[in-house]
Amino acid sequence: MNKNYMFSLIAVIVLFLIAYFGVETAGLHVLFGIVIPYLAALIFIVGFVYRVRDWAYSPVPFRIPSTCGQQASLPWIRQATYDNPSSNGGVIVRMILEVLFFRSLFRNMRFELKGGKKLSYIWEKWLWLFALAFHWAFLVVVIRHLRFFAEPVPFWVQFLEYLDGFVRVEFLSDVLQVGLPGVFMSGLVLLVAVIFLFLRRVFISQVNYISLASDYFPLFLIMGIAISGILMRYFIKVDIVGVKEFTMGLATFSPSIPEGVGVIFYVHLLFVSVLLVYFPFSKLMHLGGVFLSPTRNLANNSRAKRHINPWNYPVHVHTYEEYEDEFREKMIEAGLPVEKESN
Amino acid sequence: MADDLAKPEELLENSGYKRPATGWMDTPIDIRPGMYCYASNPKSVEYVGLPNPRQWNPLEDDWKLPENWQEIVHKGIKERLEKFRSFKIFMDVCVRCGACADKCHFFIGTGDPKNMPVLRAELLRSVYRNDFTTAGKIFKSLAGARPLTLDVLKEWWYYFFQCTECRRCSVFCPYGIDTAEITIIGRELLNLLGLNIDWIATPVANCYRTGNHLGIQPHAFKDMLEFFVEDIEDITGINVEPSYNKKGADILFITPSGDVFADPGTYTCMGYMILFKYLKDKYGFDITWSTYASEGGNFGFFTSHETMKRLNSKMYAEAKRLGVKWILGGECGHMWRVINQYMETMNGPADFLEEPVSPITGTKFENAKSTKMVHIAEFVADLIKHDKLELDPSRNDNQIVTFHDSCNPARGMGMLEEPRYVIKNVCNNFYEMPANTIRENTFCCGSGAGLNAGENMELRMCGGMPRANAVKYVHEKHGVNMLACVCAIDRAVFPALMEYWVPEVDVTGMSELVANALIMPGEKDRDTDLRGEPLPGKEDE
Repeated sequence: MNKNYMFSLIAVIVLFLIAYFGVETAGLHVLFGIVIPYLAALIFIVGFVYRVRDWAYSPVPFRIPSTCGQQASLPWIRQATYDNPSSNGGVIVRMILEVLFFRSLFRNMRFELKGGKKLSYIWEKWLWLFALAFHWAFLVVVIRHLRFFAEPVPFWVQFLEYLDGFVRVEFLSDVLQVGLPGVFMSGLVLLVAVIFLFLRRVFISQVNYISLASDYFPLFLIMGIAISGILMRYFIKVDIVGVKEFTMGLATFSPSIPEGVGVIFYVHLLFVSVLLVYFPFSKLMHLGGVFLSPTRNLANNSRAKRHINPWNYPVHVHTYEEYEDEFREKMIEAGLPVEKESN
Repeated sequence: MADDLAKPEELLENSGYKRPATGWMDTPIDIRPGMYCYASNPKSVEYVGLPNPRQWNPLEDDWKLPENWQEIVHKGIKERLEKFRSFKIFMDVCVRCGACADKCHFFIGTGDPKNMPVLRAELLRSVYRNDFTTAGKIFKSLAGARPLTLDVLKEWWYYFFQCTECRRCSVFCPYGIDTAEITIIGRELLNLLGLNIDWIATPVANCYRTGNHLGIQPHAFKDMLEFFVEDIEDITGINVEPSYNKKGADILFITPSGDVFADPGTYTCMGYMILFKYLKDKYGFDITWSTYASEGGNFGFFTSHETMKRLNSKMYAEAKRLGVKWILGGECGHMWRVINQYMETMNGPADFLEEPVSPITGTKFENAKSTKMVHIAEFVADLIKHDKLELDPSRNDNQIVTFHDSCNPARGMGMLEEPRYVIKNVCNNFYEMPANTIRENTFCCGSGAGLNAGENMELRMCGGMPRANAVKYVHEKHGVNMLACVCAIDRAVFPALMEYWVPEVDVTGMSELVANALIMPGEKDRDTDLRGEPLPGKEDE
């Protein structure tokens, strides 16, 4: 039993119990439905902006891109324009590939010592695949949820829903489709991917060894969000009209607590709120950081165009004069040219 | 080589990942002989005015630290967080996905989890979280935070000097987290307490005083090159006497002093001299060597940004004093990272120089138009492309060559094709190592970033294992017997690595191969290559 993930799992269970009893038993609908969500949104926005600003305003003294391909040099040598960009255009493509398609993670491979003596490097794209699935699914889920915060629902949200629900799980339709459209792929993909990401932290020994409680916690939390969401949509019916009234109330700053929305909704809401609060204080900030990483977002052109270090300061150097003063006689004797014939 | 070094088979057997019974924060540091370098000599530390010079021994409990050492480190971290966005972001955004874990040659070679780049960084990150983040202050070890204790400091020292700043992990990191950057800052912090290794501290002091790491004084520097002049005359019948500290020369040439000092780098140095003589006689090429700026390498880079700048300043200072048009740089790894990514930012603008143009081909080196320093491989590739060199590659026919991309030219510059183009034009037998071990995926020699000492031989053999393994592969498959590189540290450390792992393979620089193939005007019928080995077909003479 690993204390790091046990702690995180217990923390998420406790959160569940807090929401459950807070609403069911104590009847704190206003606290869990209005106060905490608002507070969470505020902390998220202020915290996220603060962190990104903090990074963005810190200096980049040196131009240190990791070059992952041929440099721009002689005209007849083909440059790797994206993996080793020399222009802003190249950097933009590099960043798009990085942010949208996880270019660097796609390079992943693992090694094996074959026969006890030969190192081999083996295809290993599972992390890339599931990480990509996880992030894209999450994005789609977030965008789909905009339908709760806008009236009328924007056409592009509806279009995305259409695409997301396009692949119907027909064989389950008798059980699941109770007046709802098909199954949304994104929610299921999100849950599967997050479970994969959790399992690799458990079963891959190296990854397990480096994992902290703060690595498991967001995974459990997102699992909780996905499960509670899926439950609400397919299994435990919530009053969807009531939910929409409620979320529109939040969105228009005239919140009110609707009648008859099940407790599961408050659990879902608390998980999301905790995720928002946790976000700016944690590694989840990689969402902002990935755009600002100096090894990726700079062109490798510091020999063609001088990069300025804003805090560059003069340093003590050993000048030629000092050098010649020390070695003048030996230099003259060896026939080396000197500036001054004697001290 | 150290006598008590384990046999290669034993080392291989021990190389697998060994998971300690305890978590990494609870696993105490064990400073093991063979894996660390000796502490810095206080005289060297003092000469360049760095803090806390004293005699100390890493194996002793007392490291003779200043009383307020924790405060010094805390302030040091704070200052660097404010100065380097890279440091701040790399402290914050790692998600510990583990993609970097097995990309590190030291991890592959030693199996020590603290050699996974992610964990090496966590050593420092844990203290950062403890001192500077809200989550760390509240949740302590659950958020991966721990206070800076003496054991933690020792761990830093041990593991930041088990990283060669090769940047291989940064290629695979989804956020581009560069362990080199973390190690550089980590070493800066250690240097605030006088915790350097001597293999770095003494070259730094030497370089500051004499202009080169080896402490070669000007007259001796000249003597050494004169010695090569004699050797070259014996082999080719041509006197290649270079010029020194010559004012008004067109170009200043700077290369690592390692090439002047020890085999097989010396043959590379002879290669430069032969090439320059050829260009001078044929095209009136006017180049000079400096004794003051007689070091291309920069062990200051392995000490602190400031020390790097102090040593690097000599390049521009000397170019300015001599009034040359631009600078040509020899074959060296980290030297070129410094030139490509730091030099002009630190010590520029180089407005007293001209935009580099090859006087022979007229090619403008647009990619170097601001820094005004060109790599010898770029320069020679251009010469060959324009058919300006008369070459007889068959003279290298005894060599079956592969090319090792040095970490810094590969991942801090991207100079991949130029040396290949040159080598393929001067050698008939060339084979690449497997794709996952070359170019941006190249494996470090295992001894870079100042770790090429003698006392840490086990570490070096472990770290160099992935590279050697790939060499062994092409040796067995294609009969490769020559490992070519464009780095003086490579040339200094590969012979030992090859002797250990692939004894049948020798080491060479690009320019040595060029000089062997280069037909000089008026040369005698050569019987041997630069090493005195008979040329193909001349074995019986």
